[in-house]
Amino acid sequence: MSRPITPSQTIGPFFSHALPWPDGPYVVAEGTQGAIWLRGTVLDGNGEPVPDALVESWQADPDGRFDHPDDPRGAVDGFRGFGRCHTDEAGQWAILTVKPGPVPGPDGTVQAPHVDLSVFARGLLDRVVTRAYFPDEEQANAADPVLAGITDPTARATLVAATTDDGYQFDVRLQGDRETVFFAV
Amino acid sequence: MTERSLHLPDRLAVPGYRRDVEGAHPPLLYRDYKSTVQRAPSRPLTVLPHTLTEVTGPLLGDGRVGALDHDLTRQHPGEPLGERIIVHGRVLDGDGRPVPHTLVEVWQTNAAGRYAHARDQHPAPLDPNFTGVGRCLTDDQGGFRFITVKPGAYPWKNHPNAWRPAHIHFSLFGRAFVQRLITQMYFPGDPLFEFDPIFNSVGDQRTRDRLVSSFDLSETVPEWALAYRFDIVLRGPEATPVEDLEGHR
Repeated sequence: MSRPITPSQTIGPFFSHALPWPDGPYVVAEGTQGAIWLRGTVLDGNGEPVPDALVESWQADPDGRFDHPDDPRGAVDGFRGFGRCHTDEAGQWAILTVKPGPVPGPDGTVQAPHVDLSVFARGLLDRVVTRAYFPDEEQANAADPVLAGITDPTARATLVAATTDDGYQFDVRLQGDRETVFFAV
Repeated sequence: MTERSLHLPDRLAVPGYRRDVEGAHPPLLYRDYKSTVQRAPSRPLTVLPHTLTEVTGPLLGDGRVGALDHDLTRQHPGEPLGERIIVHGRVLDGDGRPVPHTLVEVWQTNAAGRYAHARDQHPAPLDPNFTGVGRCLTDDQGGFRFITVKPGAYPWKNHPNAWRPAHIHFSLFGRAFVQRLITQMYFPGDPLFEFDPIFNSVGDQRTRDRLVSSFDLSETVPEWALAYRFDIVLRGPEATPVEDLEGHR
């Protein structure tokens, strides 16, 4: 029997005593080989930092596989793949993870390494979803079926992180000239 | 990176999830809710195919839930003030199938309408016996049950004399990235509904009604607590094309 879904509502401003976990930002433990910090700032339409956002990440392991029964190759055990971090006063978040591998895409394509991100905040009546790709994967990015669907190079560039000393930087601009590409899922 | 890890069995399609129909969720820009004006994306969303990344998702298990996490009235030395209530329901998918063993997180104000959050400035008392944070895993039938106190209404600065109707925030994962949902549960008959832009951001009455719990006498515990029921429906899977089923036999 088909049932209509429950509508989304905003996370509101007062969740940071409730949703964050001590290990939330640690997709992998500190000291894990190949660990990187994926960091970013969430900015509003005025370019002001958003200090009350929650960022969640979901990704494959370095072999491009998921610890999930619906991965038709079988679940790989023990890779959480999920990160959760609320932004600080400066709108900044950070997740310690490892770079994912390429993931099978539609119609036999291969997706470049990517991290799915959800952003929740006061003033967002539903989450917004984006993807972080990696700047050192030029060839894979060029062949990625999702990036290929975004023809405006400025828009496409919003989906590619920048390299930093300890990993990558991926800012989320909710609005404005350099607005991040957001996805309907 | 090995070839094996990229191999998908022949003709095994990745099952997608049904897309939301127009109006199933509030629009991102809803001017009566002022915070949306600087935060809602202004460009149209790009449709993302449901790839393996989207049809999988975190399956966060038992290690996340403590023995008293479902009972918000027993997390401190004393009992919180206010009206004790039971909030229960089921997490289902769009086909009406239960979503078992999925993490449900809730948070709310105390009975006076104040969050135990450092930035909440509402001049109502904090309750030392109430944090207002709970979590549980659904059972085999997708069921959950929290014990808490009824949250209070509270003022906010969206417009003159703005008050939020009493609500409990719910966070749900389902089993796929595309099923992730954060929402709010309201109480039946609240006189503040018609003045609340967050509630009214949901376009039509029947859709809004899905956010309102129902009074449930059958789950009431006599001499102890009233009960409210709130069923939550996450997206359902797309129907699997017959040819894929045949090809996979």
